[in-house]
Amino acid sequence: MNLVFDLIAQLALMGVAQTANKTFYMPPQASASAAHVDWLFDLILWISVFFFVLIVILMVMFIVKYRVKDPNAEGPRIYHNTPLEITWTAIPLAIVVVIFWLGFKGYMDLAVPPANAYEIQVTGQKWKWLFTYPNGYVDEILHVPSDRPVTLVMTSTDVIHAMYIPAFRAKTDVMPGRYTKIWFDATEPGTYPLFCAEYCGTGHSAMITEVLVHGPGEFETWMDEAANWIATMAPEEAGLKLYSMLGCQQCHSTTGAAGIGPTWAGLFGSERKMKDGSTIVADENYIRQSILEPQAEIVAGFDPVMPTFQGRIKDDGIAALIAYMKSLQ
Amino acid sequence: MTTTTYDGHAEEKNYLNAKPGIWSWLTTLDHKRIGVMYLISILFAFFLGGMLALLVRTELLTPGKTIVDADTYNQLFTLHGAIMIFLFIIPGIPAAIGNFVLPLMLGAKDVAFPRLNLLSWYLWITGAVFAIVSMVVGAVDTGWTFYTPYSTQTSTQVINMTMGVFILGFSSIFTGLNFVVTIHKLRPAGMTWWRMPLMLWGLYATAIIQVLATPVLGITLLLLVAERALGVGIFDPSLGGDPLLYQHFFWFYSHPAVYIMILPAMGVISELISVHSRKTIFGYHAIALSSVAIAAFSFIVWGHHMFTAMSPMGNMIFSALTFSVSIPSAVKTFNWLATLYRGHIRLNAPMLYALAFIFLFGIGGLTGLFLGALATDIHLHDTYFIVAHFHYVMFGGTVIAFLGGIHHWWPKMFGRMYNENLARIACLLIFLGFNFTFFTQFILGTMGMPRRYYDYIDTFATLHQFSTMGSYIMAVGFFLTAGYLIHSLVAGERAVENPWGAATLEWRTASPPIEHNFHETPDANYPYDYSVNRYNPETGNYDYIGPSRVDDHGHAVGFHGAESTT
Repeated sequence: MNLVFDLIAQLALMGVAQTANKTFYMPPQASASAAHVDWLFDLILWISVFFFVLIVILMVMFIVKYRVKDPNAEGPRIYHNTPLEITWTAIPLAIVVVIFWLGFKGYMDLAVPPANAYEIQVTGQKWKWLFTYPNGYVDEILHVPSDRPVTLVMTSTDVIHAMYIPAFRAKTDVMPGRYTKIWFDATEPGTYPLFCAEYCGTGHSAMITEVLVHGPGEFETWMDEAANWIATMAPEEAGLKLYSMLGCQQCHSTTGAAGIGPTWAGLFGSERKMKDGSTIVADENYIRQSILEPQAEIVAGFDPVMPTFQGRIKDDGIAALIAYMKSLQ
Repeated sequence: MTTTTYDGHAEEKNYLNAKPGIWSWLTTLDHKRIGVMYLISILFAFFLGGMLALLVRTELLTPGKTIVDADTYNQLFTLHGAIMIFLFIIPGIPAAIGNFVLPLMLGAKDVAFPRLNLLSWYLWITGAVFAIVSMVVGAVDTGWTFYTPYSTQTSTQVINMTMGVFILGFSSIFTGLNFVVTIHKLRPAGMTWWRMPLMLWGLYATAIIQVLATPVLGITLLLLVAERALGVGIFDPSLGGDPLLYQHFFWFYSHPAVYIMILPAMGVISELISVHSRKTIFGYHAIALSSVAIAAFSFIVWGHHMFTAMSPMGNMIFSALTFSVSIPSAVKTFNWLATLYRGHIRLNAPMLYALAFIFLFGIGGLTGLFLGALATDIHLHDTYFIVAHFHYVMFGGTVIAFLGGIHHWWPKMFGRMYNENLARIACLLIFLGFNFTFFTQFILGTMGMPRRYYDYIDTFATLHQFSTMGSYIMAVGFFLTAGYLIHSLVAGERAVENPWGAATLEWRTASPPIEHNFHETPDANYPYDYSVNRYNPETGNYDYIGPSRVDDHGHAVGFHGAESTT
């Protein structure tokens, strides 16, 4: 019993905590489209409540009023009633036509991005999101301005995911082998949850991050700082972040375990045996060449499958990765 | 087991004791025995699926790990879905109740192809073995929808499971084929199409979908196996395939499949409402034709499962088509309500389930409006709102109708009455528990809780706990039901031929029926003319007196009365 009271108390508390929202059942309205979606939701809700209450009231009235008394009694033979049947077919039909139209109109607003939208590239992968900004900066949290619309151009590296930002009422599948788009006009600065909504395996429910909506003018300031993020961190930490951001971990372990490429554990400074029989010491120049021209020297026992990172990483990034490798001795 | 007919005549063998031994059951061609074997099998599947559901709900009691890890949770909800859908709900009403009732309602001795009927049960068993083997050796974790490319990449037993579903598909096709032919060819003298009980219209519409849609599922699953086992690139983009193509194929079957699940339920409800309010069904033609309309529309709405992945043009078309299904569903609901008006309503367990159906299906149907409308669907797609919506339709609709049908036909199936009061209490528990469990999930969905989540953010914790409590209440209701039904088999009061005063033909033979159903093929009346029976206070039976009376307007009723509907 205590548990039940506890639950009710918690629910009441939740109602209070969310007074910032318009309703207890919807997330905060943080985009220009959210209010419109909620308006349609409430319209359908009240239409549904009206019909549901009508049905239940009639049902209860009939049950109370028309109970069996004589086991042989039979109700009047009312086989049908054409005017009544036309009415209860035509009215719902008219209502759903209106709902369809409003839903379609609202959806077209959600589906067609404005031409001047700020573009961010999104990669979904098991089980995280990567957001790449026009200047090449990559982050695992989505930062967006509140003073201009944003388009996300999305793709997946493995299975189907779905980008879902409840506060913006926005959702689109993210698929391997093609690009999908989602756009929104964030209006309320703040932090909101961002989910993966298409089941993608073990870490599906952990594929959660945040949208950080910056106040007017603050996005650019943040962007300038973020573009130099390597300079603001210790080199080994920056290297670790790049290791994950650039996807190095898909082929190179840091534990000594075998992978598609050589492990990084104890790699720096060691003597490498090459496919052509020669040996090279893994120094700074060798690492730099392996990142920018991976096909130049192939370590024995591995296939030449690594893509080049020319243009995707700058000198400070290479330096950070080398520092990180040095820490893995 | 020996039986006595209700009026104390000499003992006569019935279908249950006509032939002894387990072998006589396993080789039987009697539709009633096959129906009972299906009933036992699907109830076992229902128990298994229900236990998995309780584990899922228990895991969700708290954020993070409660009892199992993420991989196990993913397997639990996948198996819950696959077992409930393919092993329980799809065969539930047609193959178990339908098999028993359909030939009796037609006044026939059996279905058109009794051997095919037995084969479909064996196929069900084979499919179930595949599914259960895949549970034991490494459960599938793809969700019951097997979406590619996840399903072609996961290391779990996808091939085993899909082969099981493939075989179950044939079981379903054979049942459907059998029913279509039986209804076309074995109707008795006097039973025109417009004098068929609405249960048969429901089963007929269902059978058409089973025959037309299920092969597409079979082909799709074979393609999936070809991709997984042979590396043929059809759906996986890394092999040059298209992942969305799989979803189109899959839902081209699986959307009609939800009508395979709901249409027979609507047939059951039409019988229950009319019989237990002792009043002719209102709008017979409208109900019959709306079943056919739903069956037809069911083939053109599948795209609404992909509103977050298709082009705006595709979405617009499928949204418009989706709303078309809502009209015949609404029409049926209003017809049932109008049937109650000025009836003589008995509030027994079958009727309570029928009323619960109207309530719950009402919510399930109306919440479909939020999902058919594009702008609101985008927010609600793949959230708990979907989970709640389909449980209101599939559980609140189909399972509740199944329970109502079981209670209604139980005396006929087994010749025993169950404890009416316990049945009412169990119905109430299931109804309340169900609403606790799933209404909270509508709110979770609108708040933005995505489905198939092992873990969740703290905002959602309280509602999840409410939902789990509800599932425990439901479980109590189900165990109570199992208890009094099993008890009735051994110690229940003997059932009379026609305890409800129903006018369909299955009530014109002994309870349980004799092996060949009827001594003489009965003449078919208008199935909702309740003046053909007269209540006998001594036996509690409604004795058949035949159609011989005149209604309020001076029209002859019964056999000829059905025509004078104007």
